[in-house]
Amino acid sequence: MIVAEQKPLEEIKGLLGDAPRVLVVGCGTCVTVCFAGGEKEAGILGSLLRMSAKLDGGPKDVTEATVQRQCEWEYLDTIRDRVAEADVVLSLGCGVGVQALAERYPNAVVVPGLNTAFMGLPIEQGVWVERCAACGNCLLGLTGGICPIARCSKQLLNGPCGGSSNGKCEVGPEIDCAWQLIYDKLKAQGRLHLLMDINPPKDWRTSRDGGPRKIVREDLRLVKEGN
Amino acid sequence: MKLQTSNSKLQTANFQFQNKACDGPLEFEIGSLELNIVAFCCHYCAYAAADLAGSLRIQYPASVKVVKIPCTGDLDVSSVLEAFEYGADGVMVAGCLEGDCHYQLGNFNAKRRVNYVKTMLRQIRFEPDRVRMFNMSSAMGRKWAEAVTEMDETVRRLGPSRLREKETKETKETRELVQEAI
Repeated sequence: MIVAEQKPLEEIKGLLGDAPRVLVVGCGTCVTVCFAGGEKEAGILGSLLRMSAKLDGGPKDVTEATVQRQCEWEYLDTIRDRVAEADVVLSLGCGVGVQALAERYPNAVVVPGLNTAFMGLPIEQGVWVERCAACGNCLLGLTGGICPIARCSKQLLNGPCGGSSNGKCEVGPEIDCAWQLIYDKLKAQGRLHLLMDINPPKDWRTSRDGGPRKIVREDLRLVKEGN
Repeated sequence: MKLQTSNSKLQTANFQFQNKACDGPLEFEIGSLELNIVAFCCHYCAYAAADLAGSLRIQYPASVKVVKIPCTGDLDVSSVLEAFEYGADGVMVAGCLEGDCHYQLGNFNAKRRVNYVKTMLRQIRFEPDRVRMFNMSSAMGRKWAEAVTEMDETVRRLGPSRLREKETKETKETRELVQEAI
């Protein structure tokens, strides 16, 4: 899932400025699961903003709406009237959700309430860790299901580096060395031979280096009228 | 021990404070504004302790309004904020003694959530002392009364919540009508 965390309240208030009517839009998918921007968090933030307005000034008319997914037009269309009534729309979606709202409603002032952090999973309640960097060319079949791109600080393909010590990364003592994990896993599975092949330099064009990415599936596209 | 059941006892007390959102100082006569403290009590301990305090005829401030929840581990942060938003002067969360939670660790989870609420209140510059966690067993009726008294004193010292709507002539009349009906 996409993992995000809420921006500090002061920053959010700064983004809202003097707008009298604010619509806080939650998202019912990833950010609900990571407790950053779901219906409950939208309610809490709305409540805090209303209280803050009473105490120190700020937007007085703060309402909330949560859609199933902010990153799909169909769901965004359900709040058209609410968006039209608001002076500022505070999105509690990930960066995709914020942009989808801004794109669907070109006249609306849309600001983000979250910082989108990474793609990851909760290893326990309340603790999320990064697991995928969306590099666009998955290597997990060669590395025992442990990603050296997302989990190695240097994104090494033939690691580990000299900074690996007692299974930990030199960047921080709490960070596992991804290549130690990969080695241990492959050894336990009797597949160490996978490490004998040298991985060539990665083609980063499938990642950010290739510019904004796009996938087109002609089999799924709907035929438009006139074609 | 104080027993505040009527407005007359505190009619002389006057609280003044500045509210930046308003032009001038807001003035509350505490005599005309009874304090409201919402107490989220767990079913197995704190609620039972409050029940016992009643059975034992132990007096405690009437400012407290009890909300029973299955376990403080079920405490919802948004419920606490809602209480403040709608004018509660204080919120107490009362659970079992640490280590004695009926659901193992619910009260420890509640403690973290109460601390989280405090950080949020600090962010909006609202007194974090208005929310507090208490622990007691079901046999501690007296402890319940002491906890309520302590919370009442804390909130009384802080004064009425700045989030309360200022009492207007109309709302005062409504309140008096309701009190008479009660």
